[in-house]
Formats: sequence, C-alpha cells, structure tokens
Amino acid sequence: MYRYDEFDAAFVRQRVEQFRFQVERRLSGELTEDQFKPLRLMNGLYLQLHAYMLRVAVPYGTLSARQLRMLAHIARKYDKGYGHFTTRQNIQFNWPKLKDVPDILAELATVEMHAIQTSGNCIRNVTADHFAGAAEDEVEDPRPVAEIVRQWSSLHPEFSFLPRKFKIAVSGAAHDRAALKFHDMAVEIVKNEAGETGYRVLVGGGMGRTPYIGYTVGDFVAKPDLLSFLEAVLRVYNEEGRRDNIYKARIKILAHTLGEAEMRRRVAREFAEIKAAGTQQLPAEELARIAAYFAPPPFAALSDEMPVSADKDFFDWTKTNIHKHRAPGYAIATISLKPIGGVPGDARHEQLDALADLLDRYGMAEIRVSHEQNLVLPHVRKKDLPAIFARLKELGLATPNAGLITDIIACPGLDYCDLANARSIPVAQQISERFADLSLQHDIGELKIKISGCINACGHHHAGHIGILGVDKKGVEFYQLQLGGSGAEDASIGEIMGPGFGEHEIVDAVERVVETYLKLRRGSERFLDTYRRVGMEPFRNMAYREQLHAAH
Amino acid sequence: MLTANRLVDGDVVYWRAGGWVEAFDQGDVFATDADAEVALQAARKSVAGNVVVNPYLFEVRAEADGIQPVKEREIIRAAGPTVRRDLGKQAHDVSI
Amino acid sequence: MPLIRNGAPTENLFADVADEAPLPAGGAIVSLTRFLADRETLLARNSPLGVRLKAEESPAALGDDVGRLSLVVLEFPKFRDGRAFSWARMLRTRLGFRGEIRATGDFLYDQLAFMTRVGINAFEVSEKITPELFQRALAEMTYVYQPGADGRRTIRALRTGA
Repeated sequence: MYRYDEFDAAFVRQRVEQFRFQVERRLSGELTEDQFKPLRLMNGLYLQLHAYMLRVAVPYGTLSARQLRMLAHIARKYDKGYGHFTTRQNIQFNWPKLKDVPDILAELATVEMHAIQTSGNCIRNVTADHFAGAAEDEVEDPRPVAEIVRQWSSLHPEFSFLPRKFKIAVSGAAHDRAALKFHDMAVEIVKNEAGETGYRVLVGGGMGRTPYIGYTVGDFVAKPDLLSFLEAVLRVYNEEGRRDNIYKARIKILAHTLGEAEMRRRVAREFAEIKAAGTQQLPAEELARIAAYFAPPPFAALSDEMPVSADKDFFDWTKTNIHKHRAPGYAIATISLKPIGGVPGDARHEQLDALADLLDRYGMAEIRVSHEQNLVLPHVRKKDLPAIFARLKELGLATPNAGLITDIIACPGLDYCDLANARSIPVAQQISERFADLSLQHDIGELKIKISGCINACGHHHAGHIGILGVDKKGVEFYQLQLGGSGAEDASIGEIMGPGFGEHEIVDAVERVVETYLKLRRGSERFLDTYRRVGMEPFRNMAYREQLHAAH
Repeated sequence: MLTANRLVDGDVVYWRAGGWVEAFDQGDVFATDADAEVALQAARKSVAGNVVVNPYLFEVRAEADGIQPVKEREIIRAAGPTVRRDLGKQAHDVSI
Repeated sequence: MPLIRNGAPTENLFADVADEAPLPAGGAIVSLTRFLADRETLLARNSPLGVRLKAEESPAALGDDVGRLSLVVLEFPKFRDGRAFSWARMLRTRLGFRGEIRATGDFLYDQLAFMTRVGINAFEVSEKITPELFQRALAEMTYVYQPGADGRRTIRALRTGA
C-alpha cells in the first residue's frame, strides 16, 4: 500500500495545525459557526444529533495493522469504544469533542491517516474496488489511479469551494464492485482494441433526492492525460454547476441538463487547453512509481484446495464469504460486520485491535473496507483459512452472510444523524433477525437490501435490490420500498413500490416481497433477475395484501 | 422547550433559566409562544458568546410519565441512540 | 478597505465607477456590462482600466481585450461561492492576463492560500487581515500537490527533482 514520504507526512501534519488554528478561532469567536462550518467539514467534522461526528478517510478502503490499532486507540481515548464503517469506505466516530479533534487528527497523522475532505463541497474520498489487486477479473489494480487522484484532489486550490460535494470512484475489473455509475465521476480502467490500457471516464451519477446513472464523457483517456481530463471535468462543474439551489447543485444535474453531447463538448474543450498547457500531464514514470507501492505480495505456489475443518460453521462461511483469488492457493475473505441483529458496519475497539493482530500473525499487510460496510482480507492463503475463521468466530466477525439478505447496508439514520427522518438501524436489525435462518438465507440467495433514513440516501437505497427509504409521515416513521436497484455494471435505480409502510409493517412487507420472489423465480434466478423479468406488479400486490385485508 | 448543542463538545443541552443544562427533564418548559420566543432571543446571546450552536425550539407535551417531546427526533436526542441503550444521556453516560 | 497586493499593503489607485457615472481621471473600475457597452470609449482612455466581474460572469467575455486591462476585480458574494477560483485560473492561463487580479467581497483568511495559487494577487481585506496574518495564511501549507500560479514547486517536482 502507499507509504507517505516526507512531503505527504508534512502535508498532513501542517493540515492538523491549520485546523487547530481554525478551532482556536472558532472557540474565541473570531470565526462564526457559519464561517467555521465549511472549514470543519473539510476536515470531516459534522455536528450530529447527539454530538460531533468525525469521518476519518480510508483512501480507497485500504488499511494496515498499524492503522487499525490507531483507530482502536482513537475509539478508546476520544470516543465511546467503537467506530462505524461507511458506504464510502471511510470510518466514522460518533462522539468526539470539538476541542479534542485537533489532537485526534495529530495522532492519526502519525500513522498516515487524516480526515481531509471527507465532507464539504470539495472532492471527497476516492473509493475503489475492495477486491483490488486480488480479483480474477481485474484488468489493472485501480488503487494507483485512486492514489494519484487523491493527491491531485487534496487541497486543490481551484476546486475547494465547489457547488456541492464531489465523489469519485475507480475500478479496474469487468465486474463493477465500486458502483461507478452512481458517482459524480468515475474512472474505469479498460483496454482498447489495440490492447492498450487507458481510462473510461464517467460523469453524472448520483443518489439522493434525484438519483441518476452516470454516462461516459471520456471513452478512452490515455494514461498520461488522466489528470488533465479529470481537471477539465471539475472545471466545467465549478464554473457551471448550479449554486442557487442546494438540491440542484450536484454535477449529475448539470450533466443531465446539458446532455451528453454538450457535456462532452465542454469537457473536451477544457481538456484540450489543460493538456496543451502540460502542467497536469502524468508521466509514465510517475504512474509506475505510484503503482510500485501497490505491488501485490509475492504469491507462493500453494495447493488450491480448500482445506477442510471439523467446524461445520467454517463450511457455511466458505459458501458466501470466500471469493476467488487470481493466485492459486489464495482466497479473498469477507469479514461480515453484519452479525444477526447487530448494527451494520460497527466495529468495537477490541475487534479492531484483534484484526490488527490477525493481520500480523498471518503476514497480511492490509485489510480493506468495502462500500457495503464489511471488511475484506484480500490475500489469504487458503491453508490459513480455518485458523483465521476460528479467530474471527471468537471475535464475533464470522457471520456467514456476505451478499445474502442479512448482509444489509444501513446508514446511521435517526439514531445518530441530524438529517434523518427515520431510524434505519432497527429496521436492519429486525430484517436480519426475521431472516436469520441460514438455510433460508441460502435459499433466497443474493439479495442486497439497502436502507437510508432520509432522502440523502447515504444508505444507497436507490441501488438496493430492495431499497428502503425512511420518511417522516406526520411525525411517525414510515418506510418506502423500492425494488430492482443495482450498483454493479448493470446499474439501475430501484422503482418505488407505492405508499410507505409503518415501522411495524415494513419487515412484514419485505417478507412478502421475498416470498413473492421465491414463488415466481425460475431456475437459479436471483431476486434481482426475477424482478427484472416480472416487474413490480406481483410484488406490489403481495406487499399491500395486508393493508387490503385490514381495509376490508 | 429550547435546545442547542454545546460548541466545545457537541453535547445536547437544554435552556434553563438563562443557562444550559444537560438533562432534558431539567429544562424549562414554555407555556406560551411568547415565553419561548423570549428565551430564544436570549439564547442567541449564547451563540454570540460561543457557548452553543444552533438553538431552536421544539414541542413537548404532557404524558403519563411527565413532559415528553412530540417528535421522535427530539425523544432520541434527549436520550441517546435507541440501538445503543448503553450510550448517551439514557445511560447517564457522562462526558469524559 | 485595506488592500494587500503581492503580499504587501498598498494603495488603491482605482476608483469604482457606477454604470451611469462619469469616468474619473486615473484608474477606473467598471462593471462588465458597462465595459461591453462602452468598450471603445473605455479603451481609448489614457488611464488604467479595470473590469469588475460578478461571480456568475466568466472572464471569457473579455476575450482579447484582457491584454488591455490593468485590473480585473473578482467578486466573492459569499465565501462558499467558489467560481472565482476558476475565473482567476482562466484569466491567468487561457486568457494570459498579466495584470492585477483583485478579490473583493466575502472571503476568509482560510481561502487566501487557495486564492493566491489560482492567480489572485490582490485582496481587499478587512482590518483583521494584517499583512502578517496574510503571510501566515500563505505559509500554513508548505507543500502542494497541484501546480499553481504562485510558482511553488509541486510535491511531485520536489520528489523527482524536476
């Protein structure tokens, strides 16, 4: 993984002192809250329902053991003993005090971590495929690009006061595990007909009040041109993005208002200029230098057989949580942070420390955070799997549900968030408990449920096979169902079913939707496939059946 | 009632007799809109004094077990996350 | 309001001229609207000329005339409105403007370094921003990842010795 040199290290240290000065000026009143708010947001600090919330950046979801230990330490020393992994691969602490945050950031800086630009109207954390460097279908590891984009976007003088937030994702595989089409801008590493590797750049995707699927604005950007091209997109956005209406300020609005042809034209014009000026061109040596940091560990020649274990649970776990690795004898392992009935994405400080020990014991340099709020061990020797599983089980991190119905994504919701209309975590917990039976879960198969507590869609409900949106209906928590969303390369926005369900009805409604799928599916269709084949009608009829009966 | 967040640590606080308290059940209840407005104006001085941020009024009503907020959001804000009953004011979880 | 140019306090040698007002002798700043309407007259004057751009007004409207201006004033109606950062960039790069780019309006101490790096070199500041504080702002971050108008070498250049 990337290692800071003296410049990166000085950068984050100075950034901490810059923020410390901003906090002093806020506490003394020299800065008003209105002035301070964008500044603290650009250091990841929100004011939430109960307390401040600090969102620490995990660039492209990659963490080392040392960094895990620091996160555990922060949780203990400054917070309430736990952290929450987010749908953008970051980690959030829910209870820091403003006066402590400069010290928290100073401690994070000692392990090459920060909270720079994890909020605010600027370029946010660059996310990437959580299987980077390990997946079989990978064209090229996306993380060197993600790291280059991270550096380019850090305190960019022209783009720190954008109309709104700007989220970038990078992927280098055929299967899109980074939800590219739902990002403001995305980079996909592709090969052209001549076999050269370059970048497809997408723009205009987004969740929120008005979800959009992004489109291609650069079909094949040559490697040296990457930053010049991305800069062109940002410049068009900064100049032309709407600033009169916060709900129309994202680039997705501009991209779809202008339309693809016009957007391409404007980006192309800026790109030509920036490229000609030459200052943002990316020499091959620089790309190679950064890529060298991400060289995979040497893979030993090992037997590709999956070891057996006396523990039946191990077998269950391998059915869902183990994914094919490009090197024989190795596997990718998903560590589920969705224990049945638990809070999705939360990890206790003891678990973080224990995972750090696990990484060290088995010679693993890194762990990943996925946007589905789980953790991933990218390079595990298959022969180590039973022992690793046993340890994960002791830690409560061995739930065998990756990709299954109980692997739910949920935002913090009204339990934590100032913006929320309804609670999301209890709904996730109840659904998880309703479907706890593992054989039922396997019968259902792949089913991604995503829950958001408000229209800001931090739970990515628009991309859920089943999406749930919490709304406030006359002071009562109500939940709207959407079906058929997908964040993969077959991206689609879920269709709203109809009127919402009360908090005591929503889990039953989800159950009826699942039953409908089980009745209608053909062959090995997943829920998503069945929905796409039969449409909303049968699901809608079944979901509202209880209401109909009650009305009669 | 009138609430805000304390600037220095983000804690939820409630207006009481010209100052701020941490416990919901110790906060002043305003019988009339006029009283509430007077308090809100006074609270704005706390903002200028960098003690709190974002003071606002919210509705409460008399229930069997005492005064309770009307909105779910304020109920949760007064107590703590419903999914972690061991955290926040509900657990007498005092700031370290 | 005090004016800091190229890091030092300086006199303001330009007068802001309302659209209907007569032009003074000496440096004059007019709105873009007036510039486009009275272009010939304004450019025929023998005194320094400045044009004031609102946040929504792109310097592209000035075209080649930019070379005949001494000053472009960029308004910040609200510090969150970051369009002027791109306007400054456009002035320095695409339009090749070498004169003074002056920021006026609502901007923060915390934006001064960014503003300098996109090519703004003059600032109408409140009394609170002393020249010392101004320099402090520019020095907060020694290293930068992106090329800028202030000539600072990027981290990449420092790494490779370029």
